[in-house]
Amino acid sequence: MLEMFSYPFIIRALVVGTLVSLCSALLGVNLVLKRYSMIGDGLSHVAFSAMAVATVMNWAPLTVAIPVVIAASYILLRFSSTGRLSGDSAIALLSTGALAIGIFIISMRSGINTDINNYMFGSVLAISKSDVTLSVVLSLAVLALYVVFYNKIFAVTFDEPFARATGIRVDFYNMLIAVLTAVTIVLGMRMIGALLISSLIIFPAMSSMRVFKCFRNVVICSAVISVACFLTGLTVSYEYSAPTGASVVIINMAVFAAFCAADYIRGRLIIHQDHSR
Amino acid sequence: MKNTLISCGDITLGYENMTVLRHVSFELNEGDYLCVVGENGAGKSTLIKCLAGLKKPMEGEIRFSDKITRRDIGYLPQQTAIQRDFPASVREVVTSGCLNNSRLLPFYTRADKERAAKHMAELGITELAEKSYRELSGGQQQRVLLARALCASNKMLILDEPVTGLDPIVTGEIYSIIKEINKKYGMTIIMVSHDVGNAVKNANKILHIKHTVQFFGSTDEYVGSKIGREFIGG
Repeated sequence: MLEMFSYPFIIRALVVGTLVSLCSALLGVNLVLKRYSMIGDGLSHVAFSAMAVATVMNWAPLTVAIPVVIAASYILLRFSSTGRLSGDSAIALLSTGALAIGIFIISMRSGINTDINNYMFGSVLAISKSDVTLSVVLSLAVLALYVVFYNKIFAVTFDEPFARATGIRVDFYNMLIAVLTAVTIVLGMRMIGALLISSLIIFPAMSSMRVFKCFRNVVICSAVISVACFLTGLTVSYEYSAPTGASVVIINMAVFAAFCAADYIRGRLIIHQDHSR
Repeated sequence: MKNTLISCGDITLGYENMTVLRHVSFELNEGDYLCVVGENGAGKSTLIKCLAGLKKPMEGEIRFSDKITRRDIGYLPQQTAIQRDFPASVREVVTSGCLNNSRLLPFYTRADKERAAKHMAELGITELAEKSYRELSGGQQQRVLLARALCASNKMLILDEPVTGLDPIVTGEIYSIIKEINKKYGMTIIMVSHDVGNAVKNANKILHIKHTVQFFGSTDEYVGSKIGREFIGG
């Protein structure tokens, strides 16, 4: 099994995947709690569309997609905070609209079905050397910003009106979360796939919330789960020659099921103790 | 001696093209305890949001004396749906009230932590510090949010219906805590309440609104007035 590390593309996937899993797990806790679980899905469809355009025009996919997706996340947040569109329908409009445009553009040129397949379901082979450098720099930036603003991000997520009344720049921090999410989504979607990337945001957060009750522990646990699931998923995909994205998501599902069971058993034990008193 | 802390000059409030409240003027002094009363939809919460700085008045302005700025206001908003299943320990929630004091620092200072511990002790929630906020009773949750508001300010508290959904005993406890904060620290209190009985028992000033000011003055005057007798009686 260790021979898998002799392939440079596996090493690249390992580095980028670990960092992206870490970022998505941290941001995921805030997005799930803010009822923005599906934002990742919407943004990844926009990223798909941007990459489709980049492929057709022969531009570098990541450098096109990142600014486009950041703009999309800004628009999403604007619309839902002014109350003109509710969050979930705004995301649905954006994601289906972007997908349609992406498919339309890509179909203008024949013979690039592999690209569609790779973007939709992800591929470890898609990561080039220059992608690795960009991914490492950006994901370290995401992690650093998250750590520096951790307390304020907590305050804004827990209680926006209170944070606003005490003078925290709520709009700035919401925007920061959206930008960090956009960057993470674009970095992760080539390996995990546009259709699957949002699970990286949702599953680790949901799993750790089953078991932990304080915010800091939820964040730490979610980061550990996410990285562990990625590493396991990557190994499984190598062993069975299965797509990496799907393998990682399946491992995440298994962990979620295990955490649900643990929570249920603990609940039963507490009831049992109460009865026997 | 008059010591005006905050004054509302003829403010009009509303949403987009609908006016909710018109021509509201009042003044509060240091140490006042004001209850805002009125029927549902009278514009109480809108007024409170405006005082807390979450909303701008359409006309008129709110002036603060030089002793107080927006950052000196502790705010206790109505609970949101997000908070009900939010995984956060009591300590984390209370300490987050200190953030306005350390705006440039990324982490909490020792002074912040001590401040949080002090206010938790005052409100009798020290034993709950490591418990999860979502597992507390309604009364305990309000104590946590009060401790957080105290971390944010020692001059003025704005409370938006702090006793909604609590049973009468817990409601009484919350009222006596607020009264004590008002007496002990001389903090100015502005509170919206449905419960006019407790309002007149505790506050020294009453603002009764229904799309505009129906009454503003001392509690004694309010109890003696026609509108006051009708509202308390009915």
